[in-house]
Parts: sequence; C-alpha cells; structure tokens
Amino acid sequence: MGFPDPTHERETPVLSRYFGDAGARTLDGWRSRGGYEALRTALATDPVEIQNIVKQSGLRGRGGAGFPTGIKWSFMKDDGKQHYLCCNADESEPGTFKDREIMRWTPHALVEGVAIGAHAIFADIAYIYVRGEFTEPIRWLTRAVEDAYAAGILGANAMGSGRRVDVHIHRGAGAYICGEETALMNSLEGRRGNPRIKPPFPAVAGLFGKPTTINNVETLAAVPHIINNGASWYKAMSLSNERSTGTKLFSVCGNIRRPGNYEVTMGFPFGEFLHELCGGPPEGREFKAIIPGGSSVPLMTPEEADGALMDYEGFVAAGSMLGSGGVICIDNSQNLVRQIARLTRFYAHESCAQCTQCREGTAWTTRILERMVAGEGRADDIEVLLRLADNMTGKTICVLSDSCATPVVSGIKKFPADFEALIPSTRSQVTVAMAV
Amino acid sequence: MTGPGGSDMPASADLTTSGPQAHDAPYEPVFVPGSERRAELDVLLARYPTKMAALLPALWIIQHERGWVSDAGMAEVAEVLELTPAYVKGVVTFYTMYHQHPVGRNFIQVCTTTPCNICGAEDIVRALLEQTGCAELGATSPDGRFTVVESECLGACGFATPLMINERFVESVTLEKIPALLAECD
Ligand SMILES: Cc1cc2nc3c(=O)[nH]c(=O)nc-3n(C[C@H](O)[C@H](O)[C@H](O)COP(=O)(O)O)c2cc1C
Ligand code: SF4
Ligand code: FES
Repeated sequence: MGFPDPTHERETPVLSRYFGDAGARTLDGWRSRGGYEALRTALATDPVEIQNIVKQSGLRGRGGAGFPTGIKWSFMKDDGKQHYLCCNADESEPGTFKDREIMRWTPHALVEGVAIGAHAIFADIAYIYVRGEFTEPIRWLTRAVEDAYAAGILGANAMGSGRRVDVHIHRGAGAYICGEETALMNSLEGRRGNPRIKPPFPAVAGLFGKPTTINNVETLAAVPHIINNGASWYKAMSLSNERSTGTKLFSVCGNIRRPGNYEVTMGFPFGEFLHELCGGPPEGREFKAIIPGGSSVPLMTPEEADGALMDYEGFVAAGSMLGSGGVICIDNSQNLVRQIARLTRFYAHESCAQCTQCREGTAWTTRILERMVAGEGRADDIEVLLRLADNMTGKTICVLSDSCATPVVSGIKKFPADFEALIPSTRSQVTVAMAV
Repeated sequence: MTGPGGSDMPASADLTTSGPQAHDAPYEPVFVPGSERRAELDVLLARYPTKMAALLPALWIIQHERGWVSDAGMAEVAEVLELTPAYVKGVVTFYTMYHQHPVGRNFIQVCTTTPCNICGAEDIVRALLEQTGCAELGATSPDGRFTVVESECLGACGFATPLMINERFVESVTLEKIPALLAECD
C-alpha cells in the first residue's frame, strides 16, 4: 500500500523494492542483492553504447520535465574536455518526497546510478547536490560513498576498470530554486542560487563552465536496472504508450487515507490508484481537487483525475502534468482558495527575485489571494489575478514564475465558484442573476 | 529521529554540522592552520576546481562551530577562500539555513506549506509557540532554549507534520507528541 505500508499487489517495486529493508543500506547488503554488477558491466562498456541503451529504454527525466535521458546524455561527446555530472537531490517541490526514500533506504543504488551516469557522459567527477534539510539522507549517502571508495568501487581505478569515477556530496542550505538545474550549478560553484539565462545550455557550458549533465535522483537510480535487465525489459513496462516507459514513484500526501510512496508502471489508471491503492479520501469526505505532479502542475477535478492515465501523455490529456509525481490530495473540508494562496506564498518565498515579473508577481498574487481569503475580496480580483498570471508566464529566466501562476489559473478555471464566493459584488451579481 | 521503518544510523557518521548554539563570546577563528577544521576544509577544497565552490561547505562548518554565521565568521571564510566579505555576505543572505543571528539551543523549523497545512500544520506551530514560550515566530524563548520558525516544504509531505530540531528530522508530529518532544530537548 505504498511505503511505509507494505507494498500493494498492484505496485511494481523496482526502485522501491528495498525500502524499509535496513540490510540494503550497507555495502555488503547492497552487493548481496546484486548491487554494483551494473556498474561493473557499464565500466566495461563504451559510453556511447550506454547512451544508446538508455535511449532505447525510453527512460525520461523524473525531475519534472520528462526529457529523454539517453538523448540528454548523447549531447555529451568524447571531446577530451572536463565533463561533470550533477545529481539533483534538492527535492523541494511541495508534495514530493520520493528521492528522499531512495537516498535513505538504497543510498548505494544512487551512488551506482551516478557512477554509471558519469561514465556514460565522459565525466570523471560527479556531484550529488542534496538539499540541506535532508540530514538523514546525507548521512546515509556519505557513508555509502565512503564505503564505495574504501572498496575501490569509486576513485582513480573504479572497480579495477582503469577509469576514474569520483563522487562528492554537496549540501545545499535551504533554497527551493537550487533545484532548477542552472541555479544548482551556481550554488555548487559557491554563488547565490540564481538560475542562469539559457543558452548556453549545460551540455555546452555548465558547471565551472564545462559541459555538464544534470539528472534527478530517481532517473539515475533507474539506470542500473536498465543496464542489468536490458532496454527492452524497461521499455516493456508500460500500460499505455511507448513514450512513457518503466516504473515511476508517486509520493501521495494531503487528504488521503494511506499517504506514502507508491511505485507503479507508467500508464496505471489514476482513479484506481487513488481509490484502491491509496484508500481514497478520509472517512466521510470527498476529493475536491487533486494536484498530480507536485505543486507546479495544474489542479485536476476529481472527474479529471478518475479518468487519467498515470504517464507523461495521460496527465496532459486529462488537463494536468506528470511533473515530479507528487500527488497532493485536497478534500471538500478544505478552503481551496486558502490552500492555493499558501502555495503562491511558497513561490513568493522561494523566488530568487532576479526577474521583475516573478518577484512582483508572486508577491502580489499572494497578497490578493490572502486578502480574498480574509473576506476582503474586490470586484476585479479574479481579473487582476489572471492578468498577473499572464505576465508571469513564459516571460522569465526560469519557470518558477509560471509555476506560481499555474495553481491560480487552473484553480480559477476549474473551481470558479470557490473564487467567486470570495468576491462580494460577484456574489451579488450571481444572486441578482438568479433572482432575474 | 527517523521516519517509519526506523533507522539505525551510527553516531560516528556525523554531518559536518550540528545544532546551532548561540553565544556572544568574542569571535575565535575556526580555520586555524594546523587545526582539525582546517584539515577538513583542505579535504573539501580538493573536491572542486575553484576555492569559491567550497563556500557553502565552509559556511556549514562555521555554523557548526559557532552556532551562527556572524560577520566575523563571514570575514574569516572570505579570507581563507580568497573572496571579499561582501561577496560572502551576499551568498549567506540567499540561503535560509545559515543563521545570521544567534538562535535558541533548539532551533525548530516546522513545515507549513500546503500539503502539511491541509493536515493541520498551523495548529502544530501555534502549540509549539505556546509551549516553548517563544513570543513569536523567529523569536528566541527567554530561557534561550528555543527558537521556532515556519519553513517551506521539508520534503516529507506524506508524514505531516514534519519538523526539524537542529539537525534532527522528526516526522508525523501531532499535538499529542509535542510535550514529550520538547521535554527531550536540552
Ligand atoms: C524551480 C524549479 C525547481 C526544480 N526542482 C527540482 C528538484 O528539486 N529536483 C529535480 O530533480 N529537478 C528539479 N527541477 C528540474 C531541473 O531543473 C532539471 O530539469 C532536472 O533535475 C533534470 O533531471 P532529469 O532530466 O533527470 O529529470 C526544478 C526545476 C525548476 C524550474
Ligand atoms: S523566474 Fe523567479 S525564480 Fe526564476 S530566475 Fe526569475 S526571479 Fe528567479
Ligand atoms: S509540504 Fe510539508 S513537507 Fe512537504
């Protein structure tokens, strides 16, 4: 029923297979479960060949954007330059807590995936950037890396292959924006975590100005399985279409009976997922809205959610996005506008403040929403919110600004009554209209 | 404290940081040549092609040793990493986890972002303020034991409400658990 509960029979535990199994945390424990065989194979394989295997598997980035991993890796050529791999373990998107479990329970799975990724992109140094609050995951990862060095798995002659693979853990210090890949690189370089203007893209000039690849924790943790079992094995795991393959971890939270991490095959029916695997809404309540992919994706109505397939295309077809896979459930006991206002406050707090539209827009959006919730709605609030949202979308250095507008716009579109109820004049207009 | 399923993390595998301890003694340098902390910094420096990249880790060490990152601490880091104090301050002020002022012995940050808010996080904050004697968010209790702040998503939304007490992460905090939790704090 999703970690920390026992696995539901309809889950497909690949990444989560050893969640809760303390034995898998140690190097010996990991090896006795088949760990580091994939790295051994990979180190004996030409990097371009690994890029091709990952391409064929259909693996797409699990950090939110869903970019095909093999294609991203193929931007990295054997050009003799210093290359870097950055593992994005900044996991701070509200609703998302999957990477944390990978690091806490199977730290060696990540170290192995990172080492394979580094080799595949012609990099001999990889950094794992972990958000500063993840003290326990950092401890486990640190120990895993130290043990891997001591056993000769990492270092100048990784697993006796004659290749160098260094992996370093870098601790963040509290800033959601450092999960954006170019902000992450700035932060790692010892700068403020401001996103960079693209181009140049990281594959051309990334960390320390060198060609760099950034991948999410879950993405990299899937790679050893693909090396061990083959691209076609991974590609075959899909219940919907061949552009969404493999398994995906979904973190489920909010008003739900069984919160936790669930791993299902891409294309799983979302209605069954919510009601059967996760147990549905709390006793006596109904879902009001579902946010399926972390706070940055559009809200869904319960009807949209019931009909959705859990993959990149399925969530788009149903009016939202897969995003990071953080499922936030909101039931009918909640004041929806108040909770949307709390989300925009998150973005206002986390804006790096470089772009005017974002700095001002996130703050004003929050102020207007909070005033509405406090009972001081004005006749033109909805119009102003939508105009602000328009100014915040597609006009900034990164998409944090767009992400703040998303719950507001989708909220107004899909739950208009909740917003209108906070605006006195609209209410009287409606009353008037009804009276007529 | 760990999440469901428990953890048996050995104490030896310590982070480079521990709980903030406020004190107003005159600043003593941390990275004294020949000291353990200097050696630790040298190990860090070898990981990066630039000295500047060791800035965040170096600031963590300062906070661990001194409880917060004072102007004098920033100046010391600036000197060892060949940066200017103004540059270092610019970086410190960007990140929420570096304390720019002394804080209580137990620095408590509670997540109140939407997923936790839905599950009652604001009640937890209210109860914590009341029971620690902190006058308001960000203020330190008169006995110097506690500072309580709200934080944004702590990445443990399925275990509402999570909070951190210094470097310790506590999940699934309920109103009933608060008195015992506070009693464990020194
Ligand atoms: C504001 C913002 C925050 C982000 N936070 C994260 C994060 O915490 N973790 C993550 O993996 N990706 C995050 N991303 C996405 C990254 O920029 C990047 O696309 C991703 O790490 C690439 O890895 P992938 O291809 O394996 O998904 C964020 C993006 C934005 C715009
Ligand atoms: S959109 Fe916001 S967070 Fe992104 S770079 Fe601009 S100001 Fe910073
Ligand atoms: S919203 Fe509270 S931990 Fe994520």
